[in-house]
Amino acid sequence: MHSENSNINKIAPRKNRKGAGRRIGTGKFREPTTVVRVPASQTPVIKDFLAAYQRKKLVSNMDIVGEITLPALITLSVNLPLYSSKVSAGFPSPAEEHVEKRLDPSEFLIDQKDATFFVTIQGYSMMDVGLLPKDKAVVDRSKIASIGDIVLAVLDGEFTIKTLSRSKEGKVRLLPANSTGAYSPIEITEEMNFEIWGVVTGSFRRF
Amino acid sequence: MKENHMFVPPVSRNIALIDVNNFYVSCERVFNPKLVGKPVVVLSNNDGCAVARSNEVKALGVGMGAPWFKFKDLAKQHGIIGLSSNYALYADMSNRVMSILREYSPDQEVYSIDESFLDLTGFQSRDLVQYGQDMRKRILKWTGLPVCVGIGSTKTLSKLANHCAKKRPVFNSVCNFNTMSPKDLEDLLGQVEVGEIWGVGRKLAPKLQALGFNTVLDLKRANPERLRQQFSVVMEKTIRELNGTVCIELEEISPAKKQIISSRSFGYPVRDYNSLAESITLYMSRAAEKLRKQQSFAGSVYVYIRTSPFKPDDPFYSNGLTIPLSSPTNDTMQLVNVVLWGLKQIYKPNYNYAKAGVMLGEIVQEEGVQTDLFSQIQTSPKSTALMTAMDNINLKMGKESIKLASEGFKRPWKMKQENKSPSYTTRWEDNPTIY
Repeated sequence: MHSENSNINKIAPRKNRKGAGRRIGTGKFREPTTVVRVPASQTPVIKDFLAAYQRKKLVSNMDIVGEITLPALITLSVNLPLYSSKVSAGFPSPAEEHVEKRLDPSEFLIDQKDATFFVTIQGYSMMDVGLLPKDKAVVDRSKIASIGDIVLAVLDGEFTIKTLSRSKEGKVRLLPANSTGAYSPIEITEEMNFEIWGVVTGSFRRF
Repeated sequence: MKENHMFVPPVSRNIALIDVNNFYVSCERVFNPKLVGKPVVVLSNNDGCAVARSNEVKALGVGMGAPWFKFKDLAKQHGIIGLSSNYALYADMSNRVMSILREYSPDQEVYSIDESFLDLTGFQSRDLVQYGQDMRKRILKWTGLPVCVGIGSTKTLSKLANHCAKKRPVFNSVCNFNTMSPKDLEDLLGQVEVGEIWGVGRKLAPKLQALGFNTVLDLKRANPERLRQQFSVVMEKTIRELNGTVCIELEEISPAKKQIISSRSFGYPVRDYNSLAESITLYMSRAAEKLRKQQSFAGSVYVYIRTSPFKPDDPFYSNGLTIPLSSPTNDTMQLVNVVLWGLKQIYKPNYNYAKAGVMLGEIVQEEGVQTDLFSQIQTSPKSTALMTAMDNINLKMGKESIKLASEGFKRPWKMKQENKSPSYTTRWEDNPTIY
C-alpha cells in the first residue's frame, strides 16, 4: 500500500569511511537523514507524516520569491479600534479621518458567529486539503452543505470531517483527502445514523 | 365627521415566549451525539440533584430536583447517564440562542438562561406561526438546540402557549393562541392543569384546586377581585392576564423570583463606555442588595444594552451576554467585576444607547447554600463587611467603584467541577476532537 514510501527502511547506514555512502542532503528530503526504530503499528502514520513533510518541503523549494506582499496590521486583541483617545470638543484630531478598524482574524474566518464552532483535528485523513493534526477547523452550522464541501458529519454518534460526495448510484459518500490511500471512502447506507453537523469553512494553526 | 360603520378593535398584543427544550441536556447532546436517545440527567453543583432531564428520564418518573443518590438504583437499572453541570457551555449556547432571537424582534426580554420573551406586536401582518417556525428551524440548524415557541396576548398566556407547543405534537412546537377561535382556545385551556400557570406553581395549585379551580379555564373564569382577597394582587393580575389584559410588561420583575432584574431607560442618549459602566455598576449594586435582602446567591449574570428601537434615523444596536459564575455569590464587588467584563464584550462605540440593565439568574437560597450542596461558596464575614461598605461606596460614588472593579479585573468564574463535559466552545484545549 505504501510502496512508494517504503524505502524509509532502506536508507544505507553511514559507513565509517569518510565520504562513503550517499552524499548528505541528496535524498528525497534534501537534508541529512537518520535511522530510527518505530513500532510497526505506527509506520503508516509516520509514513503519512513524512510524505506530508516532503510535500511541504517540495512546495517551499519550488516557491520562487517573486513578489513580497506585506501582511497588513495584525492585532493581538480583537475588535479594538485603531485609534481611541479622548478628543476635546471643537478641536477634531487630524488623525480621526484615518481611523480604521484593525484587521480582525475572526472577521476573516467567521461569517455567522452565532452558528460557528471550532474543532480540533486529529489524524491525517484530510491532510491533502491542509487539515493536519492539532489544526483548528472552523465549522459553520448555518451553511447548507453541497457536494464537494468539507463537512463535519456525525456517523453513528461519532464525529468525522470528510469531503461530501455522491456515488454514481446517487448514494452519499464521505471522502478522505489523503493520497497515501491509508483511509477509505465511507458510503452512507440506510442503516447508518448519518447527519451533517456543519460545513467546514476554514482552518487555522499556530506553529 | 364620524364614520360610525368603522369599528377598530383594540390592538391585541402578540407576545412570544421561546424556550429551549431540556436546555442543559440538549447542550450536552449537541457536542456528544452519542447521548441522543439515551436517558440523560444534568446534576447540580457537586452532583447533588437533577437540574435537567431528558424526555427519557422524565418518562422514568425522575422529578425535577430529585437527589441523585435517591434515583441511583433506577439510574443503574435503566442506564441513566448523570452529567455534572457545565455552566460555561450552557451560557455560551444561551448567548447564541438569544442573539439569534434578537434578529426577530427589537423588543426582547431574556427571561432566564433558556427562555426569552419577544414582543411581536409590530409584526401583525406576518403569519406568526410561520415566523415562529422560522425561529425554531434557524435555532435548531445554527445551534443544534430544539426550541418551542408560544404566542399569546399576554406574558402569562404566551407561557401557556409555550407549554402547549411542548406537550402537544399537533402544534409542531409552535402554538399561537391568538389565531385560535375562542372555543378552541377554551377547549384547550380546559385541559391544562392550573399548576401550569406562570406564578401559580406547586405551592398555590393545591389551594386553588381545593376551591374548585382545577384547570386554566376554571381560573380564567374566576372573579379576579374575589381571588385577590383570598390570595394576593399577583393572583388578580394572573387572572386578568389569562383574559388577555396585559398586567405584566416585558422586563418587569416576575412574581416568581427566579431572577432579579435591574434596568432603566436613560433620560438622554448615552454614548460612552464610562457612563454605561457607571449605570451598570449602579444597577448591579441594587440587584446585589436585593439578592442579599432575600438571602440568596446568584449563579449567573446577564447584562444588556440597547439603543432606542423608536428612532428610525439612529442606527439600532442591541446586545446582551450571560456570564456563568464558578460558584454562586452575592458579593457586590465580584458581581460588578463580572458584569463590567460582560459590558466590555458587548459595548460598541458610536451608538446612542437608550437602555441598559442587569439580571441575576440561577438564584439559590442561603439554606441551600449552607448545606453540602453548594460548598464552593466563599463568603467570609470579613468579605461581607467589605462588601457592605463597597455597596455604599458604589451607591454614593459610582465612579470610584468602577475604578476599583476594573483594576481588579480577573475572570473569577473559573469552573472547578471535574465530573463535567469539556468547555467545548469556550476553551481552546476543550474544542471537540475530530478524526
